[in-house]
Amino acid sequence: MLSTQDLRVSYGMSEVIHGISFTVGETETVAIMGRNGMGKTTLFKSLIGIMPAQGTIRIGAEDVGKRQAYERVKRGLAYVPQGRLVFGTLTVEENIAAGLEATGRRKIPGDIYDLFPVLRDMRRRKAGNLSGGQQQQLAIARALAADPKVLLLDEPTEGIQPSIIKDLAKTLNEIKRTRQISIVVSEQVLSFATAIADRMLVLDKGKIAHEAAGDEIDAKQISRYLTV
Amino acid sequence: MGDFTAQELTAIFVMQGFSGLSLFCVFLLMALGLAIIFGQMGVINMAHGEFLTLGAYITYLVSYQASEWGATALTWYFPVAIVAAFAGTFALGYLVERFMIRYLYNRPLDTLLATWGLGLILQQVYRSTFGPREKTVTMPDWLLGSYRATDMIDIPLNGLFILVITLVLTVALFALLYRSRWGIKVRATTQNRSMANAAGINTDRVDRLTFALGCGIAGVAGAAFTTIASTGPTTGSLYIVDTFLVVVFGGAASLLGTVVSAFGIAQSQSILSFFWSGSMAKVFTLLTVVVTLMLRPQGLFASKVRR
Repeated sequence: MLSTQDLRVSYGMSEVIHGISFTVGETETVAIMGRNGMGKTTLFKSLIGIMPAQGTIRIGAEDVGKRQAYERVKRGLAYVPQGRLVFGTLTVEENIAAGLEATGRRKIPGDIYDLFPVLRDMRRRKAGNLSGGQQQQLAIARALAADPKVLLLDEPTEGIQPSIIKDLAKTLNEIKRTRQISIVVSEQVLSFATAIADRMLVLDKGKIAHEAAGDEIDAKQISRYLTV
Repeated sequence: MGDFTAQELTAIFVMQGFSGLSLFCVFLLMALGLAIIFGQMGVINMAHGEFLTLGAYITYLVSYQASEWGATALTWYFPVAIVAAFAGTFALGYLVERFMIRYLYNRPLDTLLATWGLGLILQQVYRSTFGPREKTVTMPDWLLGSYRATDMIDIPLNGLFILVITLVLTVALFALLYRSRWGIKVRATTQNRSMANAAGINTDRVDRLTFALGCGIAGVAGAAFTTIASTGPTTGSLYIVDTFLVVVFGGAASLLGTVVSAFGIAQSQSILSFFWSGSMAKVFTLLTVVVTLMLRPQGLFASKVRR
């Protein structure tokens, strides 16, 4: 569904992502693990297209490497950034409507509110006044409104309390099951990643250092990469 | 002030207050355009005054054509002129964004210089086309004269007319920004450009239309302006400084703030200039604005959300 070939990203002269290639299959959840500063967020920004990158990024068969972010969203990519970045002065409802823009639809589908009932109760409130966990739900709802085939989530558990992290894992699994979409998630919390991922890639110093799928995922080995 | 009776004072306040309202309308229409452009793109458009001038000249052209066609045309040309002024300035704004401004985003000082240069070029174009002398439009009959509220209070009809245009336009703009899908796109882009793009919004297109719309509103301000004064090549540039003052004083991100600050600045200038000289009124207004901004650097109104 989503694949990259020799993806390279640089800040000025210093290259941060050194030629990454991977493929995400249909209805597959891939977790990209790694410590801070290993390039996870940079990778995600280049995938959605708000950071320029070299190499190819394909959605289905089409190379979207030269396209702007909004065009990639139209082609089935959706992005939940690190730190949520909801539109704080817009209401909850308007935030979701902003995500609808890519589809051309006007009405917010009911199943989005069914996934996140708290958002329905707060739909007239300004998004900036929601709690961190609610903003995270809103950011996911906004991304889902674009009706994606691949959902990118950059560290969704950051700054969220453990009990809600469990709910989030459940929600993401439900989204994958009901909507039949692929999910790419970057993570540091191993328990969360194991709860949702079919496959794990470990990112270390801008390269894929380790890869494992299904039963082969060895928690001990991966946690070695995550501890300093 | 001692020489006036209470009744005279009331009449003075009402009439000066009303002429302040006309000034308020021009300020507001210009400031709304500036504020949405600045708020969304961070572009300070020094040529904004020249868009007002263009709107005024377009109105002049329409009135000139109407006077050729005769009395009926002359009575009803004004609505046509407003639409033409909007369309002309909207189109020019669109082209300016397309061929100049979009290469200068995130470079505020460069846009300042470039738009100032554009303003000078436009002024010279006006001077070469229409000549340096001020042009006056032929007013339709129904805009002449005044409404006598009491023996001492005269309310000019053209002032009332501008007030209505401004009200309609302001309400329309608010509706567009806060009740339409386009408004959601604009406000999302204003808040976080790259995130809006990543949420699926074509931010380039939103920028282009917002810039053009801001200029279009200045064009309508120009059309309204012709009913209270005559138009010369530098007419718009006389208002640009006051308009910036309005935008900054009101709080750059808040349209409501823009409305309130336009009202405050226009009224204080108009009423004070009756009792003192015009320049003293200006000094007083500026001092008030400076002191207020020292106490509240974000302007009068700022949206309250967690950051």
